[in-house]
Amino acid sequence: MTIIERQPLAHVGRSVPRRDAHEKLRGAAQFVGDFVVPRMVHGKVLRSPFAHARVVAVDASEAEALPGVVCVLTGDDLTDLDPYWGHAIKDRPIVALDHVRFAGEPVAAVAAEDEATAAAALNAIRVEYEELPVAGTIEQALADDAPILHEGPLRPGLFHGLGELPPREGNVCYRYRIDRGELESVFARADLIVEGEYSFPAVYQYAMETHTVVAQVEGEEITVWSTCQHPFLVRAELADLFAVPLASVRVVVPYLGGGFGSKSYTKMEPLTAALARKAGRPVRIQNRVDESMVTTRRHGMRCRMRTAMTNEGNLVARDVDCWFDTGAYADNGPRVTATGGDAAPGPYRWHAYRVDARCVYTNTGPAGSYRAFGAAHLQWIGESQIDELARRAGLDPLAVRRDNLCLPGEELRNGAKSLDADLIGDVEQAAAAVGWSEPKRANVGRGVSVGLLAAGAHPVSTAIVRLEADGQVVVLVGTTEVGQGPRTVFAQIAAEELGVDVEQVTVRGTDTRFTPYDRSTGASRSTTIAGLAVQRAARQVRDQLEEIAAGDPLEPTAYPELLRRHFGFTGGELIGSGEVAPTGTGSYAEGPVFWEVCVGAAEVEVDPETGVVRVRRTATVADVGRAINPQLVQRQDEGATLQGLGNALFEEMVFEDGQLLNDTLLDYRVPSFADLPNEMTCVIVENEDGPGPYGAKGCGEGALAAIPAAVVNALADVGVPMQELPLTPERVWRRIQTLKEEGKWPR
Amino acid sequence: MIVELQLNGRPVRDDVAPQTLLLDYLRDRHGLTGAKRSCDVQVCGTCTVLVDGLPVSSCCTLVADVDSRDVLTIEGFAELPEFERFERAFVDHAALQCGFCTGGMLLTTKFFLDAGLLGTNEEIRRGLSGNLCRCTGYHGIVEAVAELAGANE
Ligand code: FES
Ligand code: FES
Repeated sequence: MTIIERQPLAHVGRSVPRRDAHEKLRGAAQFVGDFVVPRMVHGKVLRSPFAHARVVAVDASEAEALPGVVCVLTGDDLTDLDPYWGHAIKDRPIVALDHVRFAGEPVAAVAAEDEATAAAALNAIRVEYEELPVAGTIEQALADDAPILHEGPLRPGLFHGLGELPPREGNVCYRYRIDRGELESVFARADLIVEGEYSFPAVYQYAMETHTVVAQVEGEEITVWSTCQHPFLVRAELADLFAVPLASVRVVVPYLGGGFGSKSYTKMEPLTAALARKAGRPVRIQNRVDESMVTTRRHGMRCRMRTAMTNEGNLVARDVDCWFDTGAYADNGPRVTATGGDAAPGPYRWHAYRVDARCVYTNTGPAGSYRAFGAAHLQWIGESQIDELARRAGLDPLAVRRDNLCLPGEELRNGAKSLDADLIGDVEQAAAAVGWSEPKRANVGRGVSVGLLAAGAHPVSTAIVRLEADGQVVVLVGTTEVGQGPRTVFAQIAAEELGVDVEQVTVRGTDTRFTPYDRSTGASRSTTIAGLAVQRAARQVRDQLEEIAAGDPLEPTAYPELLRRHFGFTGGELIGSGEVAPTGTGSYAEGPVFWEVCVGAAEVEVDPETGVVRVRRTATVADVGRAINPQLVQRQDEGATLQGLGNALFEEMVFEDGQLLNDTLLDYRVPSFADLPNEMTCVIVENEDGPGPYGAKGCGEGALAAIPAAVVNALADVGVPMQELPLTPERVWRRIQTLKEEGKWPR
Repeated sequence: MIVELQLNGRPVRDDVAPQTLLLDYLRDRHGLTGAKRSCDVQVCGTCTVLVDGLPVSSCCTLVADVDSRDVLTIEGFAELPEFERFERAFVDHAALQCGFCTGGMLLTTKFFLDAGLLGTNEEIRRGLSGNLCRCTGYHGIVEAVAELAGANE
């Protein structure tokens, strides 16, 4: 065990209160749907009722004639632009042109003086469709006679970040393959092999605030107020789409009511901007929940996996094929597929592995990012195979992990960043927290799981710190406050560097006209990367202060006096800027910026009569390098734990022939207070081994990959191995009946 | 039609269309945007307001139905002296993240505490289960409410 001497810090490492609590508790915090822009009208979207159809004709004349209707946007209004967008693959028109590929796809949009008029106008638009065969599932989309959703070559988007895009094969829009060693010969020599087919459901992120955009277009100037996590990427996509300079597009982002990936990249902004352009007035479009459910979701996935081990408990090989259902448009599917592929082997010392991951178009709503994507899909499968191997060999699953997990500094994937975490220590702490070695009652089981998520996204962030003449500090940084707490954490960092109180520092939302560039808010990158930019910017201000002080002691109370000395009157300000870029800093170039640790444990109890699984205890490990605000870290892990329980136990979007059947919160259940485990532990590990400020690295996603895997393993520990999520009572009960028939229950 | 009600302790009188939802009335007519719209089907509780002290989903309530009643929104609650201790408990336990659910959560908590219905953790979990929160994992909220309930005894 290493003892780390920590330099005492004034603000970092303390659970200071959230800087935004006051506004949020009083209902005073402004979200996009809360403000009104002068002359603003209301937009509503006409969505396709068919999962796959030709659009023969759209007649909006009657709708346009209704009193109170400002305009109706259809595909005919887009002839002056290249109307296709998509940050990974430009496969998606702003509104359907002659082809709809999912039920819910925008076919037209109305702008009207009020919402009721807009809604009435939708009913007056006549659309003639010609239905086409539907590829509603991965199997249907991969069939020999499957309808092909997209013809012609794929066009790379601005931010695909995936090297050369391989050519489309049928409905497979992206394929990611990695391998190491001589797979078949290692399998041939292995003592124990487990293999199976698995399925993972499509799920809805359900940020409580639905996607909402206000857009205003005046000549070349486009302004959008948007519920977006990545304002600068949205700006670039809009500039590209409407062929205007970057600086002509202004993206303003206030508080977001949750994101979890559902508001990453571009969503409703192109449509709202196109409608505002035609209306000549600002337009607001606010999705209802059923609309947001077909705006983005998590990928459903099918997987075939086999894993091999020796009798002594050495893991030797793994072979993975998986197919991600990305829906009708790629959205972030290629990245999800690649991340899933990277997560599939797990952090073990393999002699050989092979992963082949495909991203498949289907006639369902597009799938994009959701917290811990890729890892959440694959970790439960790989980890359940390791437990099954351990059971067959008569070994303790924890011991198998101890013997096979990579150690800090070991190479995980060819050419990628080596392991920067103590996974064995992490999983032992998680196991202990759920009482690993305590005796178990009947029908109670425990499981652990270990995984990694390639995190950090592209490491490009800039920040500006301004010291005002009154000693107050303003941090300008393009990170979106989704609820995860960057406005508090960045205030702590700036306060630390400048020696001021946290209350003296203000961090506001992004306005791309004034806020410097930040690549995105996602992939657990903000504290690590944007936080480093804030730290560097604050240090620059401190350097200036030192210069002005010329040897006098630097007391924060004296800052106003120093500014007065420098500027000769009460005014002026000191400005520091900080940058993080992949070049020049060495370790960033190899990627990922850090490996986010996905380690957890669970204890469950199953009722064999009903199939109900009750999660009694959970533990997650926030291996964060350095917790800048431990309470916020803990709350992140708890939130991810509950989402993980939803994903493991009951969340599932049900499609039939491409139609979403459960599109309300009545039929799509998310975890409530009643689903809280009896005990929920978050272990914070601080080894100062992260690349961020003070040794920090990101957190908040890992638990969502770790918890479903731990729950599946705990249920298998009771004797009910499952290969399909979610673990609904019906599915678990049926499995128990099959096990009974096979003479395997009770064990 | 004309409605007259007490809104956050002040009398108001408005001419509204009969089908107007309380949520839209509060947000659009009075700029009280603390009540949020999410599920629209009385599941999530983010649109909660108190009507004569009882929690109501304003997304599924007509403004006509609160005629001559007493409506309290989060903005009104925040003006009451008792709010301070709710605020302190929620801040101390970091019982909020994005804040979208928070107003509804606080008003529901107020109702249950006023009615003396929250004591045990089990009662808190059951009582608040009509309010969803997707961010926090609920743990911090339970802690905050438990502290408030303890202080009530
Ligand atoms: S919006 Fe009213 S209960 Fe969800
Ligand atoms: S704090 Fe975001 S939904 Fe509760």
